[in-house]
Amino acid sequence: MKIKREYMELGALATLALVLLVAFPLLLGGFYLNLAGKYLSFAFVAIGIVLTWGYGGILSLGQGIFFGLGGYALAMFLKIEASGSNLPDFMIWSGIKVMPAWWAPFSNIYITLAAIVLIPATMAFVFSYLVFKKRVSGVYFAIVTLALALTFTVLLVGQQSYTGGENGITNFTTFLGYDIYSHASTYAIYYTEIVLLLFVAMGSTAVIRSRLGNVVIAIRDREDRVRFSGYNTAAIKAFIFMLGALFASIGGAFFTIQAGLISPTVVGVTSSIEMVVYAAVGGRLSVPGAVLGALVVGFLQFYLSNNFPHIWLFFLGALFILVVTAMPNGLMGLLDRFALSRE
Amino acid sequence: MGKLSRREFMSLGGATAVAGITASSSLLASSAFAAEPVKLGLLHSLTGTIAIAEAAMVDAEKLAIDQINASGGVMGRPIQAIIQDGASQPSVFAEKAALLLNEYKVPAIIGCYTSASRKAVEPVLNRKRGLLYYPTYFEGEEEDPNVIYTSQSANQSVVQAIDWLAKEKGKTFFLVGSDYVYPRTCNLIAKATLPKVKGRLVGEEYAPLGQTDFSAIINKIKAAKPDCIYSTVVGGSNVAFFKQLRASGLDGTKQVLLSTVVSENEIEGIGAQNAVGYYACMGYFESIPGAANQAFVKAFKAKYGQKRVIGDPMECAYNSVYLWKKGVEKAKSFDPQKVIVASRGLILEAPEGEVKVDEKNNYVWKKVRIGRARSDGQFDIVWQSPGLVEPEPFIKM
Repeated sequence: MKIKREYMELGALATLALVLLVAFPLLLGGFYLNLAGKYLSFAFVAIGIVLTWGYGGILSLGQGIFFGLGGYALAMFLKIEASGSNLPDFMIWSGIKVMPAWWAPFSNIYITLAAIVLIPATMAFVFSYLVFKKRVSGVYFAIVTLALALTFTVLLVGQQSYTGGENGITNFTTFLGYDIYSHASTYAIYYTEIVLLLFVAMGSTAVIRSRLGNVVIAIRDREDRVRFSGYNTAAIKAFIFMLGALFASIGGAFFTIQAGLISPTVVGVTSSIEMVVYAAVGGRLSVPGAVLGALVVGFLQFYLSNNFPHIWLFFLGALFILVVTAMPNGLMGLLDRFALSRE
Repeated sequence: MGKLSRREFMSLGGATAVAGITASSSLLASSAFAAEPVKLGLLHSLTGTIAIAEAAMVDAEKLAIDQINASGGVMGRPIQAIIQDGASQPSVFAEKAALLLNEYKVPAIIGCYTSASRKAVEPVLNRKRGLLYYPTYFEGEEEDPNVIYTSQSANQSVVQAIDWLAKEKGKTFFLVGSDYVYPRTCNLIAKATLPKVKGRLVGEEYAPLGQTDFSAIINKIKAAKPDCIYSTVVGGSNVAFFKQLRASGLDGTKQVLLSTVVSENEIEGIGAQNAVGYYACMGYFESIPGAANQAFVKAFKAKYGQKRVIGDPMECAYNSVYLWKKGVEKAKSFDPQKVIVASRGLILEAPEGEVKVDEKNNYVWKKVRIGRARSDGQFDIVWQSPGLVEPEPFIKM
């Protein structure tokens, strides 16, 4: 049965790759491809949540922070490029006269890309290691991350002369000289995103299957026993949490370029909780499920709010209740059960 | 002629029925519109934290659309409203604006309330050559060629308010606001205005959005003893702010409080008993006398209920639909770029009186009014600008 489940997972990944790489670009026009790209930026976060929550048992309600770090880092780069020789517009009317020292490095694409990877990873590892070392876990950890997400948005809104405040950072034009909204760019950005997403999905699957993955699952189920066996469980959990943060950051960067903006509401508490919902809908134990969850919820939101602008949230709420009560392992869990019952 | 057989009778009956249906349907078509409807996008938050303010604006826009359709439409075509929910999320606003322009091909959108949502929509307008009517008072500091700003910019409320307060109520000022772009910009303008009216700043404080404990700020106000408190505290915070002000003795009798963000709609949420005696500076109040406004108020209440109130953004939302109609008719085209050009200098007789689109910057000239809140949630208008006030998108400091 275990073998079969592994094949199913691989089959699901391959199907996903085929759909995302071939079917979507062929069937969807530029507008819907861009939408798909936007929803898929949350798939990165959802995969991270499958790793940390599904397999590691670490529920973070603050993934928006890392999503935001990546999103804002790229937004700063794009904004500097769009502003040319001027300061970004929101700085001008906030009364800032010279480019702040911590903004300046983001005019360099390599530094920006390094920042998208290194800043969230370092912060996540250090923060979570200290917390796990204190043996804070479970619901207490979730509360800490929730508080951090709230703090992060307050900080973003309050420091408006550096962050664009409530408005966020908007109005980008080009990326390394290429018009980011041209037809060709839409496809180029989409393909880059999908390739990276599949890479992240395969990497995560490999981690789950590895010896490390087994230890992570063991920690989730009985952390004390693993600790007594001589493992540094805090470091292992912090590593998994760091992976989740890294994926979220990459997703955030893609969100910025796909949506054409980043703002505090995208990275706040509500948004962070929605990210957990994506993973829950798809199935918190399934990497392809996470991608499916992000896509299904995204397009469902789009479809329902387009057709029922006043009451669509009720439908969505009902769906979430249904998933949590009737399908604890999400859409992929449903598939799983169906396939296994036919043995 | 013999008797009709049953079969013949049936077929005859069927034929007359068909004839009847076609006749009546063609009658319907000619009595309503022969022309194909023109789509108009209404893009506001119908869910989420801002929905309470924006849903009412959609109501006002729908009223204008009904009235226009009842009197012949725009260039003979009825308006079909395409309502989309921005969900209080700037990224959703951008997505829905793209949907409206791409898939529904709307020639114009009326919408947005927060600056964040407008800033998110503007790049989309620019890419897709769209046109947005933005019906909310805001901080200014921009001039987007694809946006017509139909409410007051900061200079059309802050400068007038500070000037009036200094002349009528006293020279020392305390500025208090929620911590985001609108209050901070308004206070920049207020501080630049103070020297011109011989006013003096005695304090400036900001509360995070959604804050409900104002004791620290109120203590500072009491210590500074200003003649005037200028407030840009927004949203639900005002319930707590006004209640706590009143409880601490600052009930507006000795020290005056004026807000540029509290309209009749906000008072509904705050509670009239909490707001009574405080001042607001707006372009429109429901209590404006005159036939035009009375007709508007009457029509609105007939459609939505006698208990509903109308605040400034709702009237501006209503005006936006008419401004678009006028712009289209002057341009003789639905093409957004032609409508923008034709809108320059356009004059509309609105419920608030005459409003005029500026010749250059797409903002509107309008009268500015100051009202004092009554116990029934309405305002007594205590001052209005003698003429139309020129909009200044970028405040000269």
